[in-house]
Amino acid sequence: MILAKIEGTVVATQKNSHLQNNRLLVAQPVDVAGKAIGTSFVAMDVVDAGVGDLVLVMKEGGSARIIFQDNEIPLQSVVVAVVDNLEIMQN
Amino acid sequence: MPQLGKVIGTIWGTSKYPGLEDAKIQLMQPIAADGKKTGEPIAVVDTIGAGPGETVLYITAYEAVIPYHRKMVPIDASIIGIVDTIDLRNAK
Repeated sequence: MILAKIEGTVVATQKNSHLQNNRLLVAQPVDVAGKAIGTSFVAMDVVDAGVGDLVLVMKEGGSARIIFQDNEIPLQSVVVAVVDNLEIMQN
Repeated sequence: MPQLGKVIGTIWGTSKYPGLEDAKIQLMQPIAADGKKTGEPIAVVDTIGAGPGETVLYITAYEAVIPYHRKMVPIDASIIGIVDTIDLRNAK
């Protein structure tokens, strides 16, 4: 899983039938200080994350198939948690 | 994972790997959510019917073969949706 910030939403009515039920969100990977790193991508939401939320995104197809109990879902990234608090040990 | 792309062309090839004869292949420019290009154009299999100019969702790696009606064929990127809107307005 990675830390990411939800930057927006994507609507795509015409899409693979296995992707119909959940919202698609734009996730921007961030470092522990919240700074954007790398390219944003699209993730399926299962925790009602909102725009601006700091979240955990799981980015592996096998786990996506487990979450949706569907071996035919063409998906890798799923928003699996909304982060309330992040405590980092400063060394 | 999926990621975003823009269809910029179509590719035809008569002699293809067995099983891909009827695969529709598009040329697609990977983009970020704000539309910026994020790499070189790639060829993607299109099972949704996207047209040139359309913004699409695509997926790579093992999952790319899932939407195709045959399994043991070499597909590493495929279109899985056509984007209607990307809403970045209220991002803090």
